[in-house]
Amino acid sequence: MQTIVASSRARDILLLALFSVVVLTAPLWATTIGAGYPDLLQKFAVFGLFAIGYNLLFGLTGYLSFGHAAFLGVGSYATVWSFKLLTMNVIPAVLLSVAISALFALVIGFLSLRRTGIYFSILTLAFAQMSYNLAYSVLTPITNGETGLRVLRNDPRVLDAALGVQVEGSPLADLFGITLTGYSGFYFCALLLILGFRVSLRIFRSPFGMKLVAIKSNQTRMEYTGFNPQPYLLSAFVISGMYAGLAGSLMAIVDPLAGAERMQWTASGEVVLMTILGGVGTLIGPVIGAATIKYFENIFSSFNDQVLQQAFDFLPDWLADFMVTIISPFVGDGWHLTLGALFMVIIIILPGGMMEGFRRIAALFGRKPVKEGQA
Amino acid sequence: MEAILLQILNGLDKGTAYALIALGLTLVFGTLGVVNFAHGALFMMGAFVAVGVQNLLTISARVRDTSITFFDAYKETPYLELWWGDVGRTIIDYAVPISVIVAIPVMLLVGLAMERGLIRHFYKRDHADQILVTFGLAIVLQEIVKGFFGANPIPVNAPQVVATSVDIGSLFGLEGITYPWWRLIYLGFSLAVIGGVFAFLHFTTFGMVVRAGMHDREMVGLLGINIQNRFTIVFGLAAVVAGLAGTMYTPILSPDYHMGMEFLVLSFVVVVVGGMGSLPGAVAAGFLLGILQSFFSMNEIKAYLPGIDQIIVYLVAVIILLVRPKGLLGKD
Repeated sequence: MQTIVASSRARDILLLALFSVVVLTAPLWATTIGAGYPDLLQKFAVFGLFAIGYNLLFGLTGYLSFGHAAFLGVGSYATVWSFKLLTMNVIPAVLLSVAISALFALVIGFLSLRRTGIYFSILTLAFAQMSYNLAYSVLTPITNGETGLRVLRNDPRVLDAALGVQVEGSPLADLFGITLTGYSGFYFCALLLILGFRVSLRIFRSPFGMKLVAIKSNQTRMEYTGFNPQPYLLSAFVISGMYAGLAGSLMAIVDPLAGAERMQWTASGEVVLMTILGGVGTLIGPVIGAATIKYFENIFSSFNDQVLQQAFDFLPDWLADFMVTIISPFVGDGWHLTLGALFMVIIIILPGGMMEGFRRIAALFGRKPVKEGQA
Repeated sequence: MEAILLQILNGLDKGTAYALIALGLTLVFGTLGVVNFAHGALFMMGAFVAVGVQNLLTISARVRDTSITFFDAYKETPYLELWWGDVGRTIIDYAVPISVIVAIPVMLLVGLAMERGLIRHFYKRDHADQILVTFGLAIVLQEIVKGFFGANPIPVNAPQVVATSVDIGSLFGLEGITYPWWRLIYLGFSLAVIGGVFAFLHFTTFGMVVRAGMHDREMVGLLGINIQNRFTIVFGLAAVVAGLAGTMYTPILSPDYHMGMEFLVLSFVVVVVGGMGSLPGAVAAGFLLGILQSFFSMNEIKAYLPGIDQIIVYLVAVIILLVRPKGLLGKD
């Protein structure tokens, strides 16, 4: 899978520019597909970041972690605590979240990376479940258990107090006076997404990235050439943990609430899904996968029988009824079913995800694909 | 002493469920080399066989309630009761034992269909792909069950005769240790199933071939034995074991559609602790972790180590994986 394509610097810059334009103009084009509202766009960006980071570990090294939701949760909690204790400004919150999740990832990664394959997966799963169970039970003073951690008006916020910043109404995250809700919140996430993409691009093209790919293709051979894979693996694990922490922080910024359910292992499963759906080991794939899943989640789950009836209005009555009966289990509450089925189909017939699909379609038309994501 | 014995007993029913699921997982991994994340879904489906049977038996008609004379009152009465009176009522009461009989062919079919339809295309793919595709299958299965039975837990009752508790303490000359009859039956049933599986593998020719195939698949194939077909049947057997564990568990825990996922994670931990591919290891680790879990839920221990009951299973798994990577009874 990992073909080495000579890619010029100019093309990378073009790719980055194209990516930035698409992301920044999202509020314009997303309206045409019915996704033009800030809540959903924020989710695209946040989960895009999460998936990019996850891909740096799973896509490059092939180590399947089932515990990345823990870092997401840690990032969220750190951000909310920064809002509670320091200031509503997002800069310290983001820095704190990334730092703490990095520390977390360092410890978990150091232990988990002693094993490979299924054992590695189970170890990360075990650590994530421990974090989740503890966040739900004994760590309630820190996590506020089942209720979730909220930002309150009368929290100390020492930095804000020292600078004399007053909070009117319910406290909202801000960036030097700009309140980060709605579209301003989205643009903040979008800028970080572009930054995250840029870093990921650099890693893909760097000697460090090459070594990660080497670990995936043949770890033993890499050891024989005189490289110790462990430090590279650990770095990749920590970096992807930092991405997850950043995503968790953004989640708490656009909606100042952190709950333990973000850390459950099924949440880790979701990011695996996104990465696979988009295309493992590709640059853009994870973002596309994340956006697709979040889009389906929001759009599909809002469909009900009436909407379907309208959609099939043009058909004869009996056929319309038939179509509604066939499709209705897959939308609304049943969108998980669609997700599971889609996921199986992707793994079975298109292991390279949507990016491979695009490439095949492009190959059909006999030209080279514009967006070559492969390193 | 009483307290310790009580905790061991409490741990046994969870432990037996873990052991049964882990046994199936290990069988599949040992024979087919497939990591099956849909195994928890099989446990869940087994539980819903019991729900389905109970629903079928209690299909009801609206009849006039003659005990109320002031106005026309109606109540739902199952047809079985209308037709056969007390006999019908007894049949309904024994819904769970009946479902056990129903579950065996149903789960066998489900297992065979799963292996033929999906799993066999993944023998040659790596573990990550196997995990992912079966994870997708688990989501699909649980959503289908949710579509049919709804999202809420559905209570299923054990037969009246065994709905009470038994004073187990008097056997050991201790006071005040009672234990629900059904859990005792569950324990006995599980031991019988585990014993049956081991006997099947060790005392039949079929089992001998399967064990040989686990050891060296290619060699057995070269001897002219169609090992693939036998492995398919082993997969069906594993599905039956998981399904029966689920069916019998329903009176202990009202089944809902995502119960499989909860048990799956723990069973994987159990399998890994026992040693991937080691059947006795899986069973031993299942009992061990179940008992440890209930032991660490004692207030005396929680007072010293708050929260330990929530993480003990995972903690043990992490330590074992780091110290003894092949698990308790795994071979190198």
